[in-house]
Amino acid sequence: MPLMSLTGNYAVAHAVRLARVKVISAYPITPQTTIVEKLSAMVENGELDAKMVRVESEHSALATVFGAASAGARAFTATSSHGLLYMHEVVWWAAGSRIPLVMAVVTRAIGPPWNIHVDHQDIFDQRDTGWIIGIAQENQEVLDMTLQAFKLSEDPRVYLPVMVGLDGFILSHTRAPVDVPEQELVDEWLPPRRQPYVISPESNYVMGNIAPDEVHFLMRYSMHEAMEAAKTVIKEIDKEYGEVFGRSYGGLIECHNCDDADYIIVITGSWSGDAKVASDMLRENGYKVGVARIRYIRPWPKEELEELGSRAKGIIVFDRAISMGGYGPLYSDVAGTLYSNGGKTSLVGVIAGLAGVDVGAETFKETITSIIHKIEENGFFFEPQLWLLPKDYSSREKMMEVAKRWL
Amino acid sequence: MVINLRKLPDKKYIMPGNAACPGCPETMGLRYVKMALGDNVVLVIPAGCSSVIQGISPYSGINAPILNIVFAAAASAATGMKAAFEAMGKDDVHVVVWAGDGGTGDIGFQALSGAAERDEDIIYICVDNEAYMNTGIQRSSLTPYGAWTTTTWKGKKEHKKNIPMILISHGVKYVATASVGYPTDFIEKLQRASKIKGFRYIHLLAPCPVGWRFDPALTAKVAQLAVETGLFPLYEYINGEFKLSPIAKRYKDPSKRKPIIEYLKLQGRYRHLLDKPEEIKKIEEYIENTWKLIETLEESFAPGKDRGKKIFDAL
Repeated sequence: MPLMSLTGNYAVAHAVRLARVKVISAYPITPQTTIVEKLSAMVENGELDAKMVRVESEHSALATVFGAASAGARAFTATSSHGLLYMHEVVWWAAGSRIPLVMAVVTRAIGPPWNIHVDHQDIFDQRDTGWIIGIAQENQEVLDMTLQAFKLSEDPRVYLPVMVGLDGFILSHTRAPVDVPEQELVDEWLPPRRQPYVISPESNYVMGNIAPDEVHFLMRYSMHEAMEAAKTVIKEIDKEYGEVFGRSYGGLIECHNCDDADYIIVITGSWSGDAKVASDMLRENGYKVGVARIRYIRPWPKEELEELGSRAKGIIVFDRAISMGGYGPLYSDVAGTLYSNGGKTSLVGVIAGLAGVDVGAETFKETITSIIHKIEENGFFFEPQLWLLPKDYSSREKMMEVAKRWL
Repeated sequence: MVINLRKLPDKKYIMPGNAACPGCPETMGLRYVKMALGDNVVLVIPAGCSSVIQGISPYSGINAPILNIVFAAAASAATGMKAAFEAMGKDDVHVVVWAGDGGTGDIGFQALSGAAERDEDIIYICVDNEAYMNTGIQRSSLTPYGAWTTTTWKGKKEHKKNIPMILISHGVKYVATASVGYPTDFIEKLQRASKIKGFRYIHLLAPCPVGWRFDPALTAKVAQLAVETGLFPLYEYINGEFKLSPIAKRYKDPSKRKPIIEYLKLQGRYRHLLDKPEEIKKIEEYIENTWKLIETLEESFAPGKDRGKKIFDAL
């Protein structure tokens, strides 16, 4: 299998090519743009036999691929940040219609002020829509997760659309070696498109007209059940993908140093790599720290986290998003999971890295060390919102200085 | 082209038990669409009265495959469906958008403009009842001057937005106006449009008894009066050629038009201005200006003269 030097965005494009997608539609937005550029080139030079619809907005992009998918074609779109928010009502509509679809989300901060750098505010905003949401750590996983997304979405036990998250610039614009599977192998592995219904003259099918309230309620319940079923399907696909293509990631979460860990870092996205480096450094200092990288925020890996929570002394959650006035979204889900399992573990939620502010391995190490000290001193430590402010602005006085300069 | 009603499909397209109000122009229009185009059709319907008229699933009051879609996405969802059918080798399926004046000229306008500019191979029908009727009669940009709505209690202050002209300016292949008062004219236009490849737009006037405040028995009559008074000219624009429809030709001559008051007095939405001659004059002026524009278009885009085509080619 050829090893190519690919950015995360190009890895997405190659996965879409390999899945033999029939209809693509997207609207450019930084840092997603190079996906639509690459796919346009692939379609124009004949590498990919698909219709490329160059729409006038993200709202139309998702509606176009949803229309195409409803009519029976494998379809794909990609976006970021404001584009994702702009298509938000169609995001709900696509999932509620149970139409298989795949969308890449290149994660990026939301304005104002304008900012094109990575955080997870945009993708977590889609958490409740009924889409399966995966977030990759590096470019190889971006390709593998995107390719798997088609099989997952089109599995009759699932029939839900899938988002594949990749961090803006850190992955989207950074080249890394990526093993690109052979087309023949993918053709053997990925079945022809399946979907619950097709809207066509032959089917005479109507989708989306008013349903009784009780039926609407049951449709939500069935989506929740499909999410639960997706947990099994994700693990199956991960395993068989490993057998065919040589790479498995562990299903809903990927564990690093978890087996004997006293402390578990819960995190998602590209900065998980820095957290893993920090965990190795901390082990050298005698702290048994592991990293549970969340690969899918929906369906939520409840069972895996319950198991980790039941044997760890402390769980430290790193959120790259915040529900202002509430908690970090990963933290909320982890807390809900731990409480439903007894809630005896020390728990800390760290909010960091918003708007692309860099958090390196050293910072992870320092932050985690100080939290571990608090847990060990007190026997139990609970802090839902530990703000890891940018280092030049880490005191109230320094923040006020900045505020004065801008006002 | 002469339409022989006997040769059109004798199928039930609008089913009993649908949720339309008495005298609804949308069920009339939908029936004509299916009569004209037959069964190789999928409908794309954004939010509006026709989302409700279908009734409660798993049943549907409209005998056609339908993709219901969020308000602002009708033209783009239709684009995607057509792309899929083409990708699967089913090029002959007609993807037809059936959207209201809000879904067309206001909230759905961006997607419409995008699809028109890209010359997507779809038929877009705006069923224009001149206000947001499904939410209970609020003004739209297509509500005419003077009309009462529940957001313009003293009458709308602005004239109707001219969507067909905007579509002509997009350089699309086919634009027509039609009225539910003239079914054979509408059916003819649909059949002509169906033979053209590319973006096709039909603007269908659909008088709403509930929102316009008239007797539900008079829907067809009000729809005819709009044409007979010269307020709503029927025309076709095909590939750079503009021509008045046969029914509408005689109303070029102002003396052949019925007085606008005959149209206005049937409708409760104009009740407050019936005793205000200066307001009625404004509507009369609007009619005059409309026909001036029509004359200009007739001249510029006259069949055979190719001037309109030249105008676009020069752009």
